[in-house]
Amino acid sequence: MSRYFTDEHEWIDVEGEIATVGITDYAQEQLGDIVFVELPAEGATFDRGDDAAVVESVKAASDVYAPISGEVVETNSALEDEPALVNSDAEEDGWFFKLRVTDASELEGLMNEAAYKKFVASL
Amino acid sequence: MSGNDDISHLEEELPLQELPLDAWHRAKGARMVGFAGYHMPIQYEGIMAEHSWTREHAGLFDVSHMGQLLFSGDGVDEALEHLLPSDIKGLQPFRQRYSMLLDEEGGVLDDLMVSRLGGGAFDGANIYMVVNGATKYDDMGWMIEHLPDEVVMNHMDEQALLALQGPEAGEALASLVPETADLLFMQSGLFTWRGIDLWISRSGYTGEDGFEISVPADDVTLLADALCELPQVKPIGLGARDSLRLEAGLPLYGHDLTPSVSTIGADLGFAIQKRRREEGGFIGHARVMKELADGPGSKRVGLKIEGRLPAREGAPIYAGSAQVGEVTSGGFAPTVGAPIAMGWVSLPHSALDTALEIEVRGKRIAATVAPMPFVPHRYRRKA
Repeated sequence: MSRYFTDEHEWIDVEGEIATVGITDYAQEQLGDIVFVELPAEGATFDRGDDAAVVESVKAASDVYAPISGEVVETNSALEDEPALVNSDAEEDGWFFKLRVTDASELEGLMNEAAYKKFVASL
Repeated sequence: MSGNDDISHLEEELPLQELPLDAWHRAKGARMVGFAGYHMPIQYEGIMAEHSWTREHAGLFDVSHMGQLLFSGDGVDEALEHLLPSDIKGLQPFRQRYSMLLDEEGGVLDDLMVSRLGGGAFDGANIYMVVNGATKYDDMGWMIEHLPDEVVMNHMDEQALLALQGPEAGEALASLVPETADLLFMQSGLFTWRGIDLWISRSGYTGEDGFEISVPADDVTLLADALCELPQVKPIGLGARDSLRLEAGLPLYGHDLTPSVSTIGADLGFAIQKRRREEGGFIGHARVMKELADGPGSKRVGLKIEGRLPAREGAPIYAGSAQVGEVTSGGFAPTVGAPIAMGWVSLPHSALDTALEIEVRGKRIAATVAPMPFVPHRYRRKA
């Protein structure tokens, strides 16, 4: 399994043709206490960069973009009851949705963990 | 991912200034944001934790960005009764009142606190006023324009302002300044701590018992340290200040109050005492009288929201297919444990328990006009 990162602070785990997407620990830290996550419908299809989800903190709403193109095959229903999972475990149990990837070449050019860490340090 | 901070549109384009406690906030781990022209702490450990701490213990807020003004000279009371709709002549020494500046059309230019000084505070000036940070320079310009030459206004820009709020605030402050234990809500006094003059009022904007403390900027770090050494007190950021005041049903200038809104519709008629309503003689009186007689076109209301999705400022409010209002501030209410909002709704739809809908990202969510405050006030009043 490979993990990729975007400069919009999403992480993507790719296993076969399925990509699991979430926001990074850095992103949840910046957002603060998360009180609501609006997830996409299963079966919805996204082009890279489309609005895919919304994460609401106490203060503000932020869009989460689809980091690659694909069809939503599963969403993390645990977030409906416990949106704070994104705060406590952003990069594992706090995942948002899984996509069936339509164009794996879009993964090229995304950052690996070391590159993302360097990117965050530069912010 | 992209974020839209609710308060980002108030950031000024001018370079941000530093408050006297700037380094202190950073040393305490605050995340700083631009607000009202200053670098301000938005949060330390997190809005939810800070909000709950204030409701259960005591939170220390730095509100030094707000404008502290002094008025002195012959005819101060008459001059201020021209500018403010409140009873200034009847304001006793060491007493404080909530009031506002109105424009000629009766729109709200700012809301503020006005106090009669006493005990020789601030070199014997007559009146002390605290106005909002984002509007203070506009307020000063407006007041200078409308004050007679005999009245002198002094901007106390060498004075910091702290707010200590929460059920344990009284006990905490009394451990430093025992005489403050006798203050009741909206009373003030001049106190001394380690040789430093403190003008303290028992007031605030969280719905909790608490104090606002005016202290020379040179001494504010010492005082903030002494307060935060107390077991009851933690520093609290602007984020929790906003969620606390929303739960307390208190309007925020620039959001729930703007020049386009009226005093009576805003439910702030309590700030206009009977004598002033009848006699008038203040800027904006005509609209106040008209709305007292005919009712306002729309009203500021509280909104209880079904589900967990918060409705934010700007979200349109519907009754059926007709838009009847707009959310002016909203978010998740930590003490309530649900999203709440405040907004303006046309008068026929403003009655308690009216069922409405709010549109959030194209979806309609159910909302009900609800009584405010959402969390009961716990001011310390006469038994």
